[in-house]
Amino acid sequence: MNEHTKPPAIPATLPRESATFDAYTMSEIRRAAATGIYDIRGAGAKRKVPHFDDLLFLGASISRYPLEGYREKCGTDVVLGTRFAKKPIELKTPVTIAGMSFGSLSGPAKEALGRGATAMGTSTTTGDGGMTQEERGHSKTLVYQYLPSRYGMNPDDIRKADAIEVVVGQGAKPGGGGMLLGQKISKRVAGMRNLPEGIDQRSACRHPDWTGPDDLEIKIEELREITDWEKPIYVKVGAARPYYDTALAVKAGADVVVVDGMQGGTAATQEVFIEHVGIPTLAAIRNAVRALQDLGMHRKVQLIVSGGIRNGADVAKALALGADAVAIGTAALIALGDNDPSLDEEYRKLGSRAGAYDDWHEGRDPAGITTQDPELMKRLDPEKAGRRLANFLAVMTLEAQTIARACGKSHVHNLEPEDLVALTIEAAAMAQVPIAGTDWVPGVGGRF
Amino acid sequence: MNANVETHAIDLASSSVRELNSALHALKEGSNASLWRIANPRGLHSIAAGLDAPVTVEVDGPVGYYCGGMNKQATVIVRGAAGVGVGENMMSGLVHVEGDASQAAGATAHGGTLLIEGNAAARCGISMKGVDIIVKGSVGHMSAFMAQSGSMVVFGDAGEALGDSIYEARLYVRGSVTSLGADCIEKELRDEHKKELFERFKTAGVSGQIDPSEFKRYGSGRTLYHFHVDNASAY
Repeated sequence: MNEHTKPPAIPATLPRESATFDAYTMSEIRRAAATGIYDIRGAGAKRKVPHFDDLLFLGASISRYPLEGYREKCGTDVVLGTRFAKKPIELKTPVTIAGMSFGSLSGPAKEALGRGATAMGTSTTTGDGGMTQEERGHSKTLVYQYLPSRYGMNPDDIRKADAIEVVVGQGAKPGGGGMLLGQKISKRVAGMRNLPEGIDQRSACRHPDWTGPDDLEIKIEELREITDWEKPIYVKVGAARPYYDTALAVKAGADVVVVDGMQGGTAATQEVFIEHVGIPTLAAIRNAVRALQDLGMHRKVQLIVSGGIRNGADVAKALALGADAVAIGTAALIALGDNDPSLDEEYRKLGSRAGAYDDWHEGRDPAGITTQDPELMKRLDPEKAGRRLANFLAVMTLEAQTIARACGKSHVHNLEPEDLVALTIEAAAMAQVPIAGTDWVPGVGGRF
Repeated sequence: MNANVETHAIDLASSSVRELNSALHALKEGSNASLWRIANPRGLHSIAAGLDAPVTVEVDGPVGYYCGGMNKQATVIVRGAAGVGVGENMMSGLVHVEGDASQAAGATAHGGTLLIEGNAAARCGISMKGVDIIVKGSVGHMSAFMAQSGSMVVFGDAGEALGDSIYEARLYVRGSVTSLGADCIEKELRDEHKKELFERFKTAGVSGQIDPSEFKRYGSGRTLYHFHVDNASAY
């Protein structure tokens, strides 16, 4: 066949991947088909949701004058638990460390969290697994979580705590309990939880001895009686129905309400739960604040917001929307050394890569943070890691102050929704601030 | 009664639960203020919660939620019925209910003895972590749910789903069991278990009156200790 008789080449279309059946989705279908088990992982929602990045501060202008950096004071202190507790908690920065369990985290990691938080004058929080000496010893201010499982719960530790956090739910899994797989149930972890070593351990999703807001009120009263009304009592909820949950927590007698959005991390939960249950942090704050305002309790019952707080801008935005403080979990672990690029090769051996590693439940974390393996946990130097966390907390605080001064505020708590605009319709509706350059606040006036 | 025992009387018609608990919490090890008689409890909540001294508290009437909660060392006697969560999370000592108990009696309790003369409602011993529970009557549904360790002796019957998702707690029931929960199975009653029952009979004041062979023992089948998809229908 010569050149003149050859049929013309048909232009080929490029191979086209489905937006619906993308590579990740297909890999999950194959994994499920091969194993018959749902995917369990750590961390919070990884999908993109409207977040603080979709908000901007307006800064000062002719009608708003700024404060001088390094010269004019911009306070960051916060007092938590002023409603009923005889001994409220006083923190130097509104950035606290969220609850993370000993069991999911190693002893050195818990110690590092305590060291970092204490150096910056803020609090750290226990988790589902009881209070360890590492943590109490290195945390000036320690919040003791009161969880459905009551693992390790005892009155001596309650009295050693500086506050009690009744955990109703968390943002990664509102309505879900916990799961710690056998690999991480070491002798020490098992002993603290009164369970056999090496078995999969489930944490209950509901409290065993109270159901509903009326019972919660009685439960809170009992905890106050046991601690002689000294300690602030927090109630933590996963962001789901923040208006009603906040109102009910206040009604039940909480000193502090903690609202955790879907980006908030977990040690181990089903992927489908993390990505599909609960609402984004941004969508929760204004409704929680509105509940407090409707009850005349804003600034009297303090609001802590968590779930995807990464820097001082996020802190400032959460406070401007009405929170009194924030809590960080995932960001704190990254500051300690989680997912560090220097460990990329080791993460790849585990089928992941630096920046994407989330199989925290498997206990093989090369950073020595989400593990109970004695050799791996030795890799984390609690003093150095604590220093990194302290540095990170200091930077977040300075950043929040920088923004507050630019908005003319002498205290970060003076930031207000009026200082904010949104970049997207979704963020504007959730944060209930206007879209930049407009006076349009979508969704206002509708039902919640 | 030992004549040297100092006795205090508190009337909850005129004093608050806060005043009562505050006085009880002020007691230290070796304190001679060892008998407290509480009148008019009227179903109030959190009576004698958080004690940590070897005292005896006698409550003359029904109590509300969480009586004797998180108890350590103390003996708390309720001469009446008890509300939700009596003896919840107790660590040691004795909580003794002379009437019936409501739901979640002895929930998550780590140690000590919870003795109930009457019946206990649903979820008795839920998530128990080492306590010894003795119920002379019957227990309601979902009792010993996720029970981790310790023992529960039921002289009467047990309701639906006894011991659902149980770990290593030891359950003994003399009467009928409506149904067993996931992974809870009947087990052989060996001599060591009869010995344990003898001890509990002593505590319950019925030594020599009951043959331990009349009880059946229940515990974990240990098939759900490691998740496997083929067990999914069991959950």
